[in-house]
Amino acid sequence: MSDSKFKNPIVAWIDYRLPVFSFMEHELHEYPTPKNLNYWWNFGSLAGIILVIMIVTGIVLAMHYTAHTAFAFDSVERIMRDVNYGWLIRYIHMNGASAFFIVVYIHIFRGMYFGSYKSPREILWILGVVILLTMMATAFLGYVLPWGQMSFWGATVITNLFSAIPIVGDSIVTLLWGGFSVDNPTLNRFFSLHYLMPFVLVGIVVLHIVALHQHGSNNPIGIDTKSPQDTIPFHPYYTVKDMFGLGVFLILFFGFVFFAPNFFGEPDNYIEANPLVTPPHIVPEWYFLPFYAILRSFTADAVIYLPISWLMSAKLAGVLAMFASIMVLFILPWLDHSPVRSARFRPLYKQFFWLLIIDCIILGICGAKPAGAPWTYIAQAATAYYFLHFIVIIPLLGFFEKTKPLPTSISEPVLKGGGGSSSAANAKPMEEA
Amino acid sequence: MVSSADTAGDGAHGAEEGETRRDFLMLATGAFGAFGAAAGAWPLIDQMNPAADTLAASTTEVNLAPIKPGQRVLVKWQGKPVFIVRRTKAQIEAASSVNLANLPDPELDAKRALKPEWLIVVGVCTHLGCIPSGTKQGELKGEFGGWFCPCHGSHYDTSGRIRKGPAPKNLPVPAYEFLSDKLVKIG
Repeated sequence: MSDSKFKNPIVAWIDYRLPVFSFMEHELHEYPTPKNLNYWWNFGSLAGIILVIMIVTGIVLAMHYTAHTAFAFDSVERIMRDVNYGWLIRYIHMNGASAFFIVVYIHIFRGMYFGSYKSPREILWILGVVILLTMMATAFLGYVLPWGQMSFWGATVITNLFSAIPIVGDSIVTLLWGGFSVDNPTLNRFFSLHYLMPFVLVGIVVLHIVALHQHGSNNPIGIDTKSPQDTIPFHPYYTVKDMFGLGVFLILFFGFVFFAPNFFGEPDNYIEANPLVTPPHIVPEWYFLPFYAILRSFTADAVIYLPISWLMSAKLAGVLAMFASIMVLFILPWLDHSPVRSARFRPLYKQFFWLLIIDCIILGICGAKPAGAPWTYIAQAATAYYFLHFIVIIPLLGFFEKTKPLPTSISEPVLKGGGGSSSAANAKPMEEA
Repeated sequence: MVSSADTAGDGAHGAEEGETRRDFLMLATGAFGAFGAAAGAWPLIDQMNPAADTLAASTTEVNLAPIKPGQRVLVKWQGKPVFIVRRTKAQIEAASSVNLANLPDPELDAKRALKPEWLIVVGVCTHLGCIPSGTKQGELKGEFGGWFCPCHGSHYDTSGRIRKGPAPKNLPVPAYEFLSDKLVKIG
């Protein structure tokens, strides 16, 4: 105990018995982080902070919410009008869901651009995809709780997706509903699960961070750190950078909360759920739009449906394609077998990356438009390209792309202003350091 | 990774005091952050306080016309029992003639009843929150003819003042006003 690294005797006493302080020291202070991380690396910790904000505001909202079809809508209105700061807490929770998806989507595309999913970080990436799926389930369950028109009909449409499963589909839907339509039993279980899922999410996030700390962060150059010169301690360098990023984020976020709180929402959800009237134009929340477009693009006469039309109904094909659009991310580390991680040294991959971004935006726009020409055709083309990107283009690039030469260390481009021919000579003393 | 420039800069100005510009910035940042965290936490705490609709339902109007002299009634106000007594002459006399020096919580009867005929007190024992008996016909009224708390044996007099037992305070008098001779608004 006397040789403890902690000066404070109480901290030393506790740490000798429960090494929480050693753990924090090791994972935050000593944790070596590449020194060249750019601002795209802010979004991981930002997502974690939003998760905490969502859990805190959610617990507080649950103190006032009533999970019953007769009271749910009014209890949310009471939160907005009567509960102290209820409007603020609900708007934070509501816009927090949108902010969570924005941040996580940026985080995912960051990983794609800089090849963060490649060896040895495959499981880190897979856990990330599991986090995305869990988030989507949580967001869907939560959207049902205010019991507005979009809540009700969103729940009806999404649960009906499972009816596409052959033979047992209808039984599964009845099981999910706890009845023969979306009703009070459905609302009750959705509330229960919406409260549970964030804590499941916390568990997966912990595993995600354990996997991250095993090999450390990737970096914009995508090569491994080779010496202590390539790294800086996470604290204070990246804690302070993350804090700055958080400040910028909070300014934007509260800009929406205070001045445009319903920007991301649908006005129809301020009409109480009516099982007898479907709104004329049902749209999911914006973060589901690309997936919704993929779902709808499988029509009986669609070109993309023809190759599998002998096998299954168009409805089932659409459901499977929607799930496959995320499932394909699980095998991305093996589809992409190029040894180079960062798109900075992959001239072709970089262009296809931006095409994928554009494709996803087009899918999102199509998802927001009413089904019909020309949007259905655009959505079908964009869906085809989405899968083409992952199943065909990415594997082929691994064979045919001519990558640029990699610097020998992270420090080299920093010190020399972009790699040079004398890199081998410069690298040697750094590796010894 | 602390650069030599930082160390030199701090040393030049703060060495003799042992305090540096950086120490000041750390404290100022910490204080600002703590203030921000407290401000951010407040809405999350304050939401647990009574909401606007709960507060709006926080007054109760009682029609006194059917209450006969000597009769006691119990009404609900903010979820709590309130005792209303139309006191007899003898009860008022008993309540106002007590030597205040003998009371655990000295208070004049005149201060506890806007009109001597009507006593209105919150019926929650000031010891541990039980409801004292004595309002209904035939219930124990205690040694002083007011109320008796069955939980731990506190005796209250006809002014609702604690006379004997573990309770430390008199039964509290809620804010009330007479809207007319026969209508009172509590709260």
